[in-house]
Amino acid sequence: MKSAVVQLPGLNRDCDMIAALTKISGKAPVTVWQTETEIPDVDLIVIPGGFSYGDYLRCGAIAARMPVMQAIKAKAEQGVRVLGVCNGFQILVEAGLLPGALMRNASLKFVCREVKLEVVNADTAFTRAYAKGQVIRSPVAHHDGNYFADAETLKAIEGNGQVVFRYAEGTNPNGSVNDIAGVLNAKGNVLGMMPHPENLIESAHGGADGRGLFASALDVIAA
Amino acid sequence: MTISNTRPITPDLIASHGLKPDEYERILNLIGREPTFTELGIFSAMWNEHCSYKSSKKWLRTLPTKGPRVIQGPGENAGVVDIDDGDCVVFKMESHNHPSYIEPYQGAATGVGGILRDVFTMGARPVAAMNALRFGSPDHPKTRHLVSGVVAGVGGYGNSFGVPTVGGEVEFDARYNGNILVNAFAAGLAKTDAIFYSKAEGVGLPVVYLGAKTGRDGVGGATMASAEFDESIEEKRPTVQVGDPFTEKCLLEACLELMQTGAVIAIQDMGAAGLTCSAVEMGAKGDLGIELDLDKVPVREERMTAYEMMLSESQERMLMVLRPEKEEEAKAIFVKWGLDFAIVGKTTDDLRFRILHQGEEVANLPIKELGDEAPEYDRPWTPARAPSPLATNDVPQADVSDALLKLVGSANNSSRRWVYEQYDTLIQGNSLQLPGGDAGVIRVEGHETKALAFSSDVTPRYVEADPFEGGKQAVAECWRNLTATGALPLAATDNLNFGNPERPEIMSQLVHAIKGIGEACQALDFPIVSGNVSLYNETNGQAILPTPTIGGVGLVRDWSKMARIRFAAANETILLAGAPESWGTHIGQSVYMRDIHGRTDGPAPHVDLGHERKVGDFVRGLIEDGLVTAVHDCSSGGLALAVAEMAIASGIGATIDAPAEHDPIPVFYGEDQGRYVVTVAEGSAETVAARAKAAGVALPVIGRTGGNAVQLGDARPVSVDELRSAHEAWFPNYMGGDLAPDN
Repeated sequence: MKSAVVQLPGLNRDCDMIAALTKISGKAPVTVWQTETEIPDVDLIVIPGGFSYGDYLRCGAIAARMPVMQAIKAKAEQGVRVLGVCNGFQILVEAGLLPGALMRNASLKFVCREVKLEVVNADTAFTRAYAKGQVIRSPVAHHDGNYFADAETLKAIEGNGQVVFRYAEGTNPNGSVNDIAGVLNAKGNVLGMMPHPENLIESAHGGADGRGLFASALDVIAA
Repeated sequence: MTISNTRPITPDLIASHGLKPDEYERILNLIGREPTFTELGIFSAMWNEHCSYKSSKKWLRTLPTKGPRVIQGPGENAGVVDIDDGDCVVFKMESHNHPSYIEPYQGAATGVGGILRDVFTMGARPVAAMNALRFGSPDHPKTRHLVSGVVAGVGGYGNSFGVPTVGGEVEFDARYNGNILVNAFAAGLAKTDAIFYSKAEGVGLPVVYLGAKTGRDGVGGATMASAEFDESIEEKRPTVQVGDPFTEKCLLEACLELMQTGAVIAIQDMGAAGLTCSAVEMGAKGDLGIELDLDKVPVREERMTAYEMMLSESQERMLMVLRPEKEEEAKAIFVKWGLDFAIVGKTTDDLRFRILHQGEEVANLPIKELGDEAPEYDRPWTPARAPSPLATNDVPQADVSDALLKLVGSANNSSRRWVYEQYDTLIQGNSLQLPGGDAGVIRVEGHETKALAFSSDVTPRYVEADPFEGGKQAVAECWRNLTATGALPLAATDNLNFGNPERPEIMSQLVHAIKGIGEACQALDFPIVSGNVSLYNETNGQAILPTPTIGGVGLVRDWSKMARIRFAAANETILLAGAPESWGTHIGQSVYMRDIHGRTDGPAPHVDLGHERKVGDFVRGLIEDGLVTAVHDCSSGGLALAVAEMAIASGIGATIDAPAEHDPIPVFYGEDQGRYVVTVAEGSAETVAARAKAAGVALPVIGRTGGNAVQLGDARPVSVDELRSAHEAWFPNYMGGDLAPDN
């Protein structure tokens, strides 16, 4: 499968993401710049983490209004898989591709540490390599990861299996409602998550729990 | 409000620019006339302590700066050291003390921004950062505010820019109450054949301004940083710059992209004293004149005067000399990244620094003399005076386990998790060892086995007691921390923070500390390749503790063999490499004496550099050959804290059998130098013992790992959980305001 990584000024985990996709699929992703209006023919589009445009306004607000987002929306509607990690998640929410909002962490501080994630739904294009209920390790590194949605939306996404990852074992680092760490759209092809699976994929990282996500999304799950 | 550009030059105006009457005389002699207001500002910027090193230069010249791996020593934006395979590491440490006290968030943020810029100006992509922070007493009313602001500022800038913070220091002492220290370190990777320098070459070539626009922020910042503080300090807030990490990230990408095109002849970032320093540096180094037309400078405020533009310290700006034929290509890159690109002047052959503004020549100065003829002082200093040794029977007693719990949970020895979790330690995906160990380690991207280790160290209480030994110790501890991961220490950067050098007792500290640093660097083959001096760290006549911070870089040949501080398994033998006969002896200036008994008398521990080197080389050899399972150096808190930290990091306990007939206090809490706690698995014990014997290194067996408690000699066992709780609790409780500050 072919993948693309979106590069916007201020995103800074693009290299981490490109490394993860390359190491896991054996193929380097193409990169897409902020001004591009067409996305190449790929099966997975990834918006990595960082501080797009400095995030001096609401996180992801400016990025969501750049020309390239229209192209990504069009691809998402065609069913192409879209993954947003950290700032990428914030951008997808701001662009209306995912429900809810991401507020400042409850601690009001940036937090970088390892947390535990429960795979709530293993029946998705992004989590097939995991088992339902499996608890995996993952780093987080963000200032605005406090997920919120109104009661109605929450009920809907919880009922539809759209909550894909939940912070487990009391490790919720940011105050997210229902410990929500990752959310899928209703159609099942757009995933946003605050944690950074791309920073836990090899022995140098001290573990490889994040590999399953990319292996699933890129259809390269080992038999 | 704008400052008039034609102000009369009065004695008050000269004094307010930090220039002494005899320095002003020197200016008159040099240019043969009264300077214009703009020229006075330029001299003030070039001749202050921060830019000219006028009090320290004589002594800095004595430091060893060369070595087989050193590609560039002090004098450029950062030092450059060869790490084989055509790769090199580019690094430097720099202070942002005064601004951070006045406005902690922006002061710290722009400190980080400045040091990152120094590194990528040379063509290196920043791959690691560290911060050595020193605050006043925890019970001082401003301390929480300063800690909170500085840590948020460091994180705010570094996290957004995208560099992992892999190490650092946080220390509290009442002597920093009115003058905190923020020393920022950055390191980058480059190719040895693609390093960029500040020396301009070629006459009539365009001088190009890149990056953010110029505003009034930071006007006079470098002069402010070269003066003592008093109560009027709050009035200095407008001299602190405001950081924009987003622009810096774009500037990084644009500069690296531009460097690939071959367009860059010379490059210099605008740091202290902004446009003035950078332009003079480029011209003077290349034996060229520079002419600047300020009407071309991108500005973000109206009606700025020449004086303000020349002294602005607005951040995220660069000056370059470009090949004219590549101008369009260069411009396109900067437009792509949304940054300003303006040709603001040209190189000339008249060796003059000429500034044009609105059709008028507002400055015309000899460019070489601006730097070369800066005053240089051989300031008087008092002889060294080390405290007398403690009486042999002067060993104040305490329960060993109570002392352990108190020290692991004390302000200065508790976990720094509250701090480093606000820093992105993982970005770039190469972090191998995070803060909390002996050194931060990152792998070298694109290489299978190579990694770099980083550590920042100094023990100010030792330097205060004995500047010479303290200077040696700062270098030795840094070298030891790198060694403890298995790294070969390559080179270091020094950030010398002292009080007012015009006082002979402060000058004495500076002179002796530099002598100590020099001697240790020589003995350990650990040259100083870059650095920064911060003097006048005083408030109302009270100087900080002398704090010569050493930032070191080491090379790990194979990171899969790297050592960590955590115990690897239960039932392993614990040894103490480099131990004296009774394992520990020296309690003068120890944290045990200071934090348990409130005593700060006695001499600092002596550093035997021959011993240091022998033991370090021995331990590194064991790590490289995979013979040890965990390594931690003994520093503040001695053997007791070293073992406790290894237990806390792993969750595995340890039993240490104290040597009979020795007072357990110096055994466990002595801060004798040149010692490492190492563990070995069952199979390697004999090999390791034989190697120690052959190397002439003392390596007594001191105990075994295992269980869930730490037991020191006959003292009551303390559970690892209890140690961890105490260790982790202090910082969050203190910052949450839940703690009696004197705990």
